[in-house]
Amino acid sequence: MNAEALRALLPLLVLAATPLAVMMGIAVRRHHGTAMALSALGQAAALAATWSGPETASGAGGALLIADAFSHYYWSLLLAASLAVTLLGYGFWRTSEERAEEFYLLVPVATLGSAVLVASTHLATLFLGLEILSVSLFGLVAYERGRAASLEAGLKYLVLSSAASAFLLFGMALVYAETGALEFRHIASAAGRPILLIAGAALMVAGLGFKLSLVPFHLWTPDVYQGAPAPASAFIATVSKGGVLGLLVRFFAQGGAGDLPGALALVSVIALASMWVGNLLALLQSNLKRLLAYSSIAHLGYMLVALVVGGPAGAEAATFYLTAYVATIVAAFAVVTLLSTAPREAEWVEDYRGLFWRRPPVGAALSAALLSLAGIPLTAGFLGKLLVIAAGVSALLWTLVLSVAVTSTIGLYYYLRVIVAIYSPASADEAPRLAAAPLAAAALAAAVAAIVWLGIYPAAVLDAIREASASLARLSS
Amino acid sequence: MILLLLVLVPLAGAVLAWLAERLGAAWPRIVSLAALAAGLGLTAAVWIDQASRTSLPGVAAPGPWLVEYDAAWLPSIGARFHLAMDGLSLPLVGLTFFLGLAGVIASWTEIRERVGFFHFNLLAVLAGVTVVFLAADLFLFYFGWELMLVPMYFLIAIWGHERRIHAAVKFFLFTQISGLLMLVALLALYLAHGAQTGLYTFAYEDLLRTVLTPGTERWLMLGFFIAFAVKLPVFPFHTWLPDAHTQAPTAGSVILAGLLLKTGGYGLIRFVVPLFPGAAASFAPVAMTLAVVGILYGALLALGQTDLKRLVAYTSVSHLGFVLLGVFAWNTLALQGAVLQMLAHGLSTGALFIVAGLLQERMHTRDIERMGGLWSVAPRLGGVGLFFALASLGLPGLGDFAAEFLVLVGSFQASAVAASIAAIGMVASALYSLRLVQRTFQGTNANGWRIPDLVPREALLFAPMLALLVWLGLYPQPVLDTFRPVAERLQQVTTLPANAEKHPGAAPGRQGDR
Repeated sequence: MNAEALRALLPLLVLAATPLAVMMGIAVRRHHGTAMALSALGQAAALAATWSGPETASGAGGALLIADAFSHYYWSLLLAASLAVTLLGYGFWRTSEERAEEFYLLVPVATLGSAVLVASTHLATLFLGLEILSVSLFGLVAYERGRAASLEAGLKYLVLSSAASAFLLFGMALVYAETGALEFRHIASAAGRPILLIAGAALMVAGLGFKLSLVPFHLWTPDVYQGAPAPASAFIATVSKGGVLGLLVRFFAQGGAGDLPGALALVSVIALASMWVGNLLALLQSNLKRLLAYSSIAHLGYMLVALVVGGPAGAEAATFYLTAYVATIVAAFAVVTLLSTAPREAEWVEDYRGLFWRRPPVGAALSAALLSLAGIPLTAGFLGKLLVIAAGVSALLWTLVLSVAVTSTIGLYYYLRVIVAIYSPASADEAPRLAAAPLAAAALAAAVAAIVWLGIYPAAVLDAIREASASLARLSS
Repeated sequence: MILLLLVLVPLAGAVLAWLAERLGAAWPRIVSLAALAAGLGLTAAVWIDQASRTSLPGVAAPGPWLVEYDAAWLPSIGARFHLAMDGLSLPLVGLTFFLGLAGVIASWTEIRERVGFFHFNLLAVLAGVTVVFLAADLFLFYFGWELMLVPMYFLIAIWGHERRIHAAVKFFLFTQISGLLMLVALLALYLAHGAQTGLYTFAYEDLLRTVLTPGTERWLMLGFFIAFAVKLPVFPFHTWLPDAHTQAPTAGSVILAGLLLKTGGYGLIRFVVPLFPGAAASFAPVAMTLAVVGILYGALLALGQTDLKRLVAYTSVSHLGFVLLGVFAWNTLALQGAVLQMLAHGLSTGALFIVAGLLQERMHTRDIERMGGLWSVAPRLGGVGLFFALASLGLPGLGDFAAEFLVLVGSFQASAVAASIAAIGMVASALYSLRLVQRTFQGTNANGWRIPDLVPREALLFAPMLALLVWLGLYPQPVLDTFRPVAERLQQVTTLPANAEKHPGAAPGRQGDR
């Protein structure tokens, strides 16, 4: 391995070393703050290592994974999100009886899985990354051992996720049997009997669709979002889904998945179903975490529209949308975390009644996050939606584009319901006194700043995303 | 630079007003007044400057715009921060700041809770409206278009009346879905232009030169039209309007009726017809029919209302039908009438909403069945109410009459039938306006109301509105002169049925290019 390759892979190496350091730190001295600090430092160092990007846009790597500009962009996004989740965790566990140190161990491990996913160019690394991610997620979801809902969510996730992995493996096996290839670019150039290839691709879509909670593989989402501790829910929504989406973008661009007959039609149907089902079911929710779960189904549907478009425009739109979504969801869950006192989380919409008048900055931050989810200008979500619609229009996908427009208006309705609650007169009974959580507040401030920055002047981010998407095309040609 | 100030001053005022709440409840009001007065002053300065330049013989403005501000924004998608003002946007921006001032003064005693946040939202809406009127980049335009919604939603939902949440959500959903349709059409236009020229840009002047196939043009035109039709509002997209206007606080109703509806009319003139001339020409009969239906239907429903604000809201549907009629008649007279109607309606209806607000503040009811005989206890308020009701019914000598007359004369050339039926609307407007005055101020004071008359602050508020309406009615020439170059330039770009039928072979512009 030469120096250039070492530099390109440095973020991954630092990230892999982080859990080891945390583990040893816990072995020496079990202390909440130290474990959090070690974990956060490691992730921050890995994030810093992504700063300059790979020396050449095509990056470094072998047959299994590649550290190109695309990987680096996604790594920085995933690491920023996981760092925020770590800080949120510190705020969340501050009042808990639970031993929280291992939380800071599981977060970097799961992030490592996601980071491997977005860089993988080979089915073996794909599966490896996905399993590293899933196994640590079981632990994260069920981390509150004392709470039945958390355990139930963990178990549900474990069982369904294993089934999804089995589907994925079976799909890979079919593809391999037909093409004799495991590397994405060999799969793209190989030919096989379409019937088996389609079956393989469909099974893989099912496996990955589970992770992205796309309809009809979404049934776990609301329960897990509700049951898992708030920072873990934030992690699933950002790092886990972000990693899988990055993989899909790469797989469509370099693995030729879009060229398979019927594949685009399949993804289009899933996108349509996710947009409609997610938004319509979210209308019925009175629990904010469940509402965010259903809304995430819809948002992943929007991102799939960009994926169907394909090409650089589609990759750019999906990546920007994901960036905006990550910032927004971190902000939303940061508010949930800030208002929660273990063992009771502020998860009902009623808990937010009058929030703006009780705690103006937090109320304003949650409004910004909700408006960004609804795609209103001045927020990141607006530009994301605009790019997705532009990509859809450029590919003349009118059904999908009009569905985005109509369903996001439906979505607006339930976001507005929460906003109405935030700005209603505060209830008479005194709000519970909450312990200060400066780190979680800092994460919230950073996320809101990112939402506004991405909404007003995202020129630099757009350039970085363009470069990242270009590196995808370079390899496939 | 001055245009940037016009956007930044209300925005800065919004933030300052919010912060100023700590100093006391009066400070947000004072800060808002100062910011809006500064904006109005800047607009007046531009107008005087421009008027003194163009009055010299032989000196024409070098470009289509009077003033411009252009800065890089998002180069990778071809969006620029490009503000520009011409004779169409200038009077509307002036109206924006003027009605903003009226709104602040009208809510001086009405709004007592969360004063800082109220004025933040009020000024934020005005900033959004200003961006809409000034944007010469379609991305920026859409930005401003959506920016108006959120603060307006808060104004209705927090400070509104009994059914405020319902009204606010309805308002937001209607405008959002139509806005998204416009966004889709806008992006399709952007991509079509990019595909033709290789230049991906949202610049208004570049997009004007896009050549579209008739089928595409029709769909894109509809996407834009629906967004503006919901705002204007055009029958049958008007159902959000009575709820929103009735439930909003006084300042909210004034801004809704006076400004937000005008953004619809502005969009029709600025975007729908110039960007899609062919499709607009073939759509004109439909649009004019909708306009006539709206004029009569709004007037008919206004006759049946007992809620004072709801009544005024339905009159808006009727009055703004004239704007739609004038725009799609598309000749200089009709267009001038449409612009004048937007200004006059903003003033007269805005004032009527303030009268309704004052009555509600004093009587805690908007039900005109429970009013009556108020003239005897509040003669000054009665006089003001009568004046604005007469303005609204189109009394000659006042702004609305001049405007509706111009629209009718202009559109008679385009479609004699439509103009004739629309004229019936003016008769109906006499019925509902007089009924309004009769039920509230005249008759006997059966319920024994004792309400205070106008205080000096309120009298001061009505005086300039009254003066402006008289001015627009007697001597609208300065406004018409300001707008005329724009009207003529717009007609060079495109031709609509009236002219096209008369000179079938001589239709200049883009239709010939195809």
